[in-house]
Amino acid sequence: MPLPVYAGSFGPAQAERLLWRAGFGPRPGEERALAARGLDGAVAHLLTTGPDRLVGRPPKVNGRRLYPLDKFGHDHLWWLDRMVRTSRPLTERMTLVWHDWFATSNETVGSQRLMIRQNNMFRRSGLGSFPGLVMRVTENPAMLLYLNGLESEKGAPNENYARELMELFTLGAGSGYTERDVREQARALTGFTARYKNGYGWVKFKFDHNRHDDAMKVVFDKAGPYGWKQAVKLTVEHPAHKTFFTRKLWGYFIPEPADDETQAALEALYVRSGYSTRQVLAAILKHPRLYEGPRMVKPPAVYLAGMLRTLGDRISTEDWVWLSIQAGQLLFYPPNVSGWNDERWLDTSTFQARWNMAHRVLKKHAYHPDRTKRGTVPADPAKLVDRAVSFWGIQVSDSTRRALLTYAQKTMGAAVADDDRQRKFPPMTLNALRHLVAASPEMQTS
Amino acid sequence: MNCCNEFSRSTLLRRAVAEAGNGLPTIEPGMPAPAGTGLDRRQFLSRTLGTALTVYGASALGPRLLDDGIARAAATGGKGRRVLVSVFAPGGWDSLSLLYPIGDPRYRKLRDSLALKPDDGPRFRSDARLHWHPSLKPLAALHARGRLTVFPAIGYSHPDQSHFTSRHFWEVGALDPKSGTGWLGRLLDVIGTEDNAMQGLSLDGALMPSLATARVPVATLASPGDYRFGSHNVWDVPGELLNDAIGSLGGLAGDPDPILAQAARTVKQADGLRHQLGRFVGKDGQVHINPKAKYPDTDFGRRLSGLAALLDANFPIRTAALTGPGSYDTHADQQGPLQDGAGQMAEGLAAFQQDLERRGIAGRVLTLVWSEFGRRAQQNDSNGTDHGAAGVAFLMGTGVRQRMVGEFPGLAKGLDRDGNLRATSDFRSVYASLVEQWFGVDADRVIPDARKMPRMRLVA
Repeated sequence: MPLPVYAGSFGPAQAERLLWRAGFGPRPGEERALAARGLDGAVAHLLTTGPDRLVGRPPKVNGRRLYPLDKFGHDHLWWLDRMVRTSRPLTERMTLVWHDWFATSNETVGSQRLMIRQNNMFRRSGLGSFPGLVMRVTENPAMLLYLNGLESEKGAPNENYARELMELFTLGAGSGYTERDVREQARALTGFTARYKNGYGWVKFKFDHNRHDDAMKVVFDKAGPYGWKQAVKLTVEHPAHKTFFTRKLWGYFIPEPADDETQAALEALYVRSGYSTRQVLAAILKHPRLYEGPRMVKPPAVYLAGMLRTLGDRISTEDWVWLSIQAGQLLFYPPNVSGWNDERWLDTSTFQARWNMAHRVLKKHAYHPDRTKRGTVPADPAKLVDRAVSFWGIQVSDSTRRALLTYAQKTMGAAVADDDRQRKFPPMTLNALRHLVAASPEMQTS
Repeated sequence: MNCCNEFSRSTLLRRAVAEAGNGLPTIEPGMPAPAGTGLDRRQFLSRTLGTALTVYGASALGPRLLDDGIARAAATGGKGRRVLVSVFAPGGWDSLSLLYPIGDPRYRKLRDSLALKPDDGPRFRSDARLHWHPSLKPLAALHARGRLTVFPAIGYSHPDQSHFTSRHFWEVGALDPKSGTGWLGRLLDVIGTEDNAMQGLSLDGALMPSLATARVPVATLASPGDYRFGSHNVWDVPGELLNDAIGSLGGLAGDPDPILAQAARTVKQADGLRHQLGRFVGKDGQVHINPKAKYPDTDFGRRLSGLAALLDANFPIRTAALTGPGSYDTHADQQGPLQDGAGQMAEGLAAFQQDLERRGIAGRVLTLVWSEFGRRAQQNDSNGTDHGAAGVAFLMGTGVRQRMVGEFPGLAKGLDRDGNLRATSDFRSVYASLVEQWFGVDADRVIPDARKMPRMRLVA
């Protein structure tokens, strides 16, 4: 079963879509450079791992650096900065995928230090073997705190992690495991412990054999004195896992289900490659549906980081915290263990938040109507529209272009034979057009 | 910096919590979680109101039912219903400046650089020792007209000097760090209905914790005109045309790409919603609610004028809560910020009262203005004051019965061991009295310590 591979032309438009889906959009010119590599070269380039190089000026908020481990909201800003400045956009985007997949909220964990430690683990291990990643997640301090792993011991197992491990992380609800499997897996997962240090928080996470239930368990109808590693191994070897994994990963990049042949081929590839995230990801990123299928709504963090990346702006305000909450995505605070609902990013309320985000982004770029020299900004409506669209480096549809042009024609029409307006309306119109482009359906999606 | 780290952090956190509808990250052992933390939160578009409401604690009800509930409650007697408005002065305001004891011999010693002079502010006619802060002239006038009750030393026993904890006590109406419902919320649980979210209206970006209920829904509405779309450095004709241009971006609603079409539909819906606000927003994008008084051009003024318009239009509001202007955690250089904040507070309140009176609905509205604590009698070396105990509160309305409740205890015998003003009235007494006298509800059902609290005759 060969996997379909996109065979059309791979130009800047395709490279741009790839950079939005697999990252946070292009820096100026980045889509051309990527297109020059061809599809295989582009995907291989994105999948390169290794130390990251952050490009551009580091964050400065209220004249100071960020305090991501301590100051409320600065964890969000810290990660946003990485998204804006990374040279490994796919690594960063996969970190966001894993944050959603293994959703852990600081609302419960209560430690920015442990959340960022988990985040760095996703960043380091996100493109390797998936079972290896689940192992790391299982013993990860933030996850142990989030899903009650520390409260699970011999004689008193807590089922929270065992249930979500199968329901949300590896198999999916109703995929052939039973309540008994949940209970038995919970026993297998007992034994993690940590110490609470006053004034600091949880430290010294470790596995303590004395707290572990080492008696026999029956999981998926097989008996054994399973420990936590076997518990993870059993789930990823369960026949339902390969389907669950490939479907879920696909869903982060392409908004419609894969056809049956593709689905079967992805599952085969996953098993054949030894459960490699990287290999399945490469196949998804080369699939024709990514380039020929429908667009996807950008998650709020991607929309915001993308704007800043396009414009080469640094993180310079805490406003991103409140605006991101309004828009529905405060990083490190997913709404629950199943992560954010990717189908619910856009409504009238979050649209207003996105408008406000663009408003804040544009603030430092806005022309001042009284202080802009005549001629700096063209007075011709079509040229104004071109300037506004190229400001963001995107393509817009004819429908949107018409809407923008109508607006520019109306405002400039009102400036005819009025010297003061002739001077002030072009910069004002350009400011408004940039904002309208940022709000357009084309810019909300990729 | 004019405020301590703890205060700004608490403000940030509370805002984040309410914005996100999530729980409070525990940052200190023993810190109370804000009331209302556990309530679910949803936004819906109210047809009745023509605006977007955020509703808390009504997970079982669809938007349609909530809307019908508002309409039904409005139809069945919004008109005659009594309303209580709670205004919070954040940070712990300095009562010894707001009502400064110029007639107390110790005042100038304790406040060597901050002391005001006898001629600075009007006399307080209920106690010859006290003068009003110059910024509070509008309140002095209301007091003279019998529209204002002053509590010159209000607080509670064993005062807590943490912003979080003390505010929490006031919000929940009990000295209970664990309480998860607000005192107004519990009142609404008794007098409210399960489908009228407008009954408890938070005029704030966030749910004011005092409104957190256990049973019935409440809502936040920052301002009727909040759903607007502006742009930097765009005004005049380009500004007026901008909003219509947003709607025209919805041209792709029929696009074959389902996701693009969905994004375009959202743009169209947002535009439609903005149009529905026509009731309150004019062509120029400004809010038009025809106030009957001149409000200060401040956010507080706009919120209060919006509230007066909603009350006049018989929206079924029973309690409303909002944060007042100013930030009163004045640890350093306090004169300027105090003057600005208190001045805006007093002007806004006086305009609100006048508006209500001219609309003929003042008889059914009382406004309680409070802060989490007062400040230390002895000023510090930075021209500021540190956290204290008893402070000052006001009750405004045509229905108030007294000019002063509780006396000013004086700076000689009236200070506790820490040098903070002793309370001569307890906020729980005020709450219990209001619950009974204003709403006719047995205070035991709302205020846990009601039995221990003496009642005051607050309402005529």
